[in-house]
Amino acid sequence: MTARNRQPVMATDEFIKGLWRENPVFVQVLGMCPVLAVSNTALNALAMGLATTFVMLMSNLLVSTLRNFIPKQVRIATYILIIATFVTIVDYAIEAISLDLHKSLGAFISLIVVNCLILGRAEAFASKNRVGHAVLDALGMGIGFTLALLCLGGVREVLGDGALFGVALFPDAFEPWIVMILPSGGFFTLAGWLLVINFIKQRKEANAAGAQEITG
Amino acid sequence: MNVAPATPTWPMYRTLVGIGMLCGLMIAVTFQGTRPVIERNRAEALERAVFAVLPAAIARATFALTAEGQFVPDTNATGQRVHAGFDADGQLVGVAIEAAGMGYADTITVLYGYSPLQEAIVGIRVLTSKETPGLGDKIETDEAFLENFVALDVRLDASGTSLQHRIETVKQGKKTEPWQIDGITGATISSVAIGDILAKSAERWVPTINEHLDRLSAGGQDDGT
Repeated sequence: MTARNRQPVMATDEFIKGLWRENPVFVQVLGMCPVLAVSNTALNALAMGLATTFVMLMSNLLVSTLRNFIPKQVRIATYILIIATFVTIVDYAIEAISLDLHKSLGAFISLIVVNCLILGRAEAFASKNRVGHAVLDALGMGIGFTLALLCLGGVREVLGDGALFGVALFPDAFEPWIVMILPSGGFFTLAGWLLVINFIKQRKEANAAGAQEITG
Repeated sequence: MNVAPATPTWPMYRTLVGIGMLCGLMIAVTFQGTRPVIERNRAEALERAVFAVLPAAIARATFALTAEGQFVPDTNATGQRVHAGFDADGQLVGVAIEAAGMGYADTITVLYGYSPLQEAIVGIRVLTSKETPGLGDKIETDEAFLENFVALDVRLDASGTSLQHRIETVKQGKKTEPWQIDGITGATISSVAIGDILAKSAERWVPTINEHLDRLSAGGQDDGT
């Protein structure tokens, strides 16, 4: 009974770890190419996040299902093949959903193939864990990645364009900070968020250490 | 005693070929499923652009210019295409032409509407551009700039083979003639690029279109509305 009870707790942990403790962008600092390039508006960030989540979910699912059939000598080639397939599928799907969105994401859809986060999850997690856990891991990491992209995209669009998801927030007198939607704005915003997140983490650790000292 | 080979050949083939085939199948199914939708989206986007640059048009017919210099209704003819726009009575109101040239960041592609009656460019739509967001992309959004293309003079000279005045981009607020384009301060290169693209394209297409006006006008009667 205890084993049965413990199972769901561990499974949820696989999901939750990607959101904060092992967030792919803010903690692991992986997949920086799309993070910096496509986070100029909230909509682009959301679309890229969802596309990456889908590719990661499907590749984790397939890699984990086939993990006992894939010889280790050809595992990386196989993972890339699987990832590239789902990226192509996403590419067609986005083009069918909206040409404008496809145009604004441009080459970065195809470049999901080389996002080290996806290959990283396939190699480090899906190939060693059961299907259910691999799916939860991909969902957690994907949602964590999407949220991080939205954090960047939101800030950059609000400051750089005075809007959020294309809805104007400020009166016409607002002069947009154009630098924020240019590539350098991506670096500034990422640095800002890393600063905030690390500050929160350190404070939490310091508080925990303080509490231990008192109780100890 | 047999020692197992360090590299198991058969499982490697089995895995790569098997997964390769599975992946190929998935891509083929997705391609087949999404192709009609993507083609419809593209046709709709082109349609919207044509009607945007030819405000008076409610129907269109596409023509291709053959190597012999004749306009043929576009079936699958090779050659550059133009889109003739017609009003409710089937009268030709203008021709939408695609043109491209180098901008600040990359090639800019535009679709512009030419009205033979007004002898002017009556609308423009940027199809593709990678101009700097917030600066160069004002060529798509700046209302004062787009105002230039409501009636941009491209009348032909007496010989009918060349424009009377070459289209030129001038500094913001310095436009005095109907064939001039008021530029954008802060997006000089992009706005000058638009002027150059239009100047080159109009120089080539306006005389050709005027020469074949009858052929293009007939397209309206053929297709109806």
